[in-house]
Amino acid sequence: MFNFHKDHKSLVIFSFLGFLILSLGIAVFPAYQSQNDTAPLPQVEPMNQAEIRGLAIFIEEGCVACHTQQVRSIEMDKTWGSRPSIPSDYYYSKQRMGTWRQSPSILGSERTGPDLTNIGMRQPSEQWHLLHLYNPRIVVSESIMPSYPWMFEEKANPDEGEKVLPVPAEYRKKGREIVPTQDALNLVAYLQSLKQAPLNNLPPEFIPSTNKKLDETTASTEGQGKSLLPDGKNLYMTHCSACHQAEGIGLPGAFPSLVRSPIVNDEDPELLIRIILQGYDARANFAQMPGFASQLSDEEIAAIANHERSSWGNNAPEVSTEDITNIREFVIKEQAL
Amino acid sequence: MILNRFILLLLLINSLGFMAQGADSSDTDNWWLSPGVVGTLVLVALILIIAILIVIARLNGYINRMNEKRRLKQRHDIIDELANLNQGEIDSILERRKQALEYKLTGTELGSDSKVADHKGLIQQVSNEPDNPIVDEKKYAAELLETPPALKKLIIFYLGAAVCWLIFGTLVGQYLGMKFIWPELDSISWLSFGRLRPVHTNAVFWGWASLAMFGLGYFVVARTSNTKVYSYRWGWYALVLINLAVLIGTLCLMGGINNGGAEYREYIWPVMTLFGLGLVINFLNYYKTIAHRKIAEIYVSNWYILGAMVWTMVLVIIGYLPFYQNGLGETVIQGYYMHQGVGMWFMTFTLGLIYYYLPSALNKPIYSYSLGVLAFWTQMLFYTMIGTHHFVFSPLPWWLQTVAIVFSAGMFIPVVAGTTNFLMTMKGSFHQISKSYVLPFFIVGVAFYFVGSTQGSFQAFRFTNYIWHFTDFNVAHSHMTMYGIITFFLWACIYAILPRITGKEPSQIWVGAHFWLAFIGLFAYMISLMAGGTLKGLSWVAGLPFIESVIMMKQYWVSRAIGGSLMFVSHLLFAYNFYLMVKPKSSIKSQVTSQSDFKDSKTHVQFS
Repeated sequence: MFNFHKDHKSLVIFSFLGFLILSLGIAVFPAYQSQNDTAPLPQVEPMNQAEIRGLAIFIEEGCVACHTQQVRSIEMDKTWGSRPSIPSDYYYSKQRMGTWRQSPSILGSERTGPDLTNIGMRQPSEQWHLLHLYNPRIVVSESIMPSYPWMFEEKANPDEGEKVLPVPAEYRKKGREIVPTQDALNLVAYLQSLKQAPLNNLPPEFIPSTNKKLDETTASTEGQGKSLLPDGKNLYMTHCSACHQAEGIGLPGAFPSLVRSPIVNDEDPELLIRIILQGYDARANFAQMPGFASQLSDEEIAAIANHERSSWGNNAPEVSTEDITNIREFVIKEQAL
Repeated sequence: MILNRFILLLLLINSLGFMAQGADSSDTDNWWLSPGVVGTLVLVALILIIAILIVIARLNGYINRMNEKRRLKQRHDIIDELANLNQGEIDSILERRKQALEYKLTGTELGSDSKVADHKGLIQQVSNEPDNPIVDEKKYAAELLETPPALKKLIIFYLGAAVCWLIFGTLVGQYLGMKFIWPELDSISWLSFGRLRPVHTNAVFWGWASLAMFGLGYFVVARTSNTKVYSYRWGWYALVLINLAVLIGTLCLMGGINNGGAEYREYIWPVMTLFGLGLVINFLNYYKTIAHRKIAEIYVSNWYILGAMVWTMVLVIIGYLPFYQNGLGETVIQGYYMHQGVGMWFMTFTLGLIYYYLPSALNKPIYSYSLGVLAFWTQMLFYTMIGTHHFVFSPLPWWLQTVAIVFSAGMFIPVVAGTTNFLMTMKGSFHQISKSYVLPFFIVGVAFYFVGSTQGSFQAFRFTNYIWHFTDFNVAHSHMTMYGIITFFLWACIYAILPRITGKEPSQIWVGAHFWLAFIGLFAYMISLMAGGTLKGLSWVAGLPFIESVIMMKQYWVSRAIGGSLMFVSHLLFAYNFYLMVKPKSSIKSQVTSQSDFKDSKTHVQFS
């Protein structure tokens, strides 16, 4: 029976059964369990139609080849979310897409571009996303992402009420305006919906990268003084430069310039810090800015503000961590009223 | 060589000992001391050493000829010396010379006046250029193997289709590599990066490697069973189905129709069904052929080939059934599927081919049959369990991740067993390296089999994953394995067998060019992405802005594109060689040149 050297039938059957049993144990059973033992977080809404169509386009265009959607449980992934991802986060987005296509594989395996778990929180502006899709180099000059012009229409005379993108002249034909199609709007709706839901009771924690770093973080909360502020330029590059650009010049018609800006250079930093904390949507000619109160610590905001107030020809007095702490408390009180 | 292996074994045991430690104390300050990183560096160095050994073997012949020239020069020096002799010495020399000149031959010392003839068939080949300064003349393939014309035709068409997909798939890959440098190369939806990337991977997976494996497998199965293929017709059906699957799949992907973006599962199920049908038909055909074998034993190659096909059928079905694939269920299956696609299909099948073609090319038996059987069962046991190592630190269950890492280390067993078996089979034949155009492909394949697989196990450790995961290092690893192992092995097999069934030789100089371009290209590709990927990971750990890692990678993407271009050019040469080996009309190339040429040149006769 088990003479595999001479009995081809038992060789094939045995290797078939062996592999099948191992596969059921290591793949099918855990997958089944994971599918059926996961419930959505109660505070998360199901996806709407536009978002579902946007996800379908996200998959069609193969965005998953370069963009992951998982915050791993290690400290370096803190950039991409406030907590590690959990199975419930994927409840609505990973459902089978009809007869022909399976559940979208959005976790990804490569980060040629940034992780998108929290992109809706980091970058809520629809206009930024549309410009970035039309040609990523309009907003991020060093980007190597493909542009997606086939999701936009070139129109000589767009109708009233159509959304005309403020595309700089060098990126479009003369006399043509760029108008997004429904596909682009759906895709952006999906991207805007990507926000990490807060976990109130005991979110899973990140594994710190080094023991040394652990000591440093405790030291910085105990110690005082500006020498311990983090690197403002790096933080600016991570959180601000996608819109305001590395040189602070912004993008006309979309994102205001910070160079010689009266708000940035104001002796009293209150308005600048309030905008960083709460966001800003007061000016119709510019896109909406998100608030960073939940993403950045007081030290980080101080470092960013100081970088902005001392670069590109700007010259304003330094702000301290306490300034931020005071304004943050004030803002919280204000909101409570 | 044995010493070399012994040192490696020590290193391995060492790093295994440190494994647990490496997982806990993830101190990025000393990242280069982590066992995974050290192991990878050692392994890459190993490849370099092997390349150097091959070069040395070749250089040796060249140096010998240079020495010959030096001896000639010494002789000239002696002549100069003679010119400066005094009168008395010259007289005595001339006297002796005069006597010598007056010596008369009888006329029959060197044989008769009859014409040159090779009555015993010892002369294989006559060359007018024995002193080619760059490359040695290689031995031609051994005697023709008698192959039924129907089988010959089937194999040639399988391999021909495979070559077409190789050219197409790597052209796409090369284009994608250039998009990293010039993202605005085009703005056509059908050619955008996200759509073309799966076109590249699937074309080389299901088009190139799979079709080449099937074609080479048909020969092995029939030959080692000492019988004829059960049904040629089935073979043709399967060929058509698989080509259709890759063709339709490619068009679908370019049109934006994909299964959900899961790597290597991008073809939608109707397309993959075509491939699956082809696989089932070929499996039945192989199985029936082996069942009708004229010898009692099933040769070990057929274990691997049948195993690979059975496992892949299970794999494709599990990968596409929908009942457990919502939420992270899909991710669990994805880890399993993508790794088994490589491990159970390409690796297992190709190993089966090597167990036949390597000993057959060397004309000696495989070193150990039992090691082959051990590697077969451990391949099934360990390889199946390691899929989740693609999702370390992800929200997948921690126990799954741990199992995957532990069994990844277990992969050392089948890999070391296989490598030992191949190296011991080659032992004693290494001197043939400068005389064979096939052996270098086998050696590089075996070297990458050991290095690529072991490096993969290192990469699965939690610490190395911490630095390398999500970076371009993964791309380097996948090319090291799918290209360094699978593709080099397939080339070795094709060059080993085609001349022996068609009777036509490839151009030796172009086989050499193919080998070196592919090898150097792969090495440049690998090293640039490994170095760039490591720096990228470290910049993420340091918390630098993401865009800085993109800017930093540019130079590495440029060297990757250069390496990729070399690889692509080598494929064109391979296609040309393939054409030479199978072209229908044999143009009669006169090997014997005219009489006058014969007299003037030194004639080089090679005995085999």
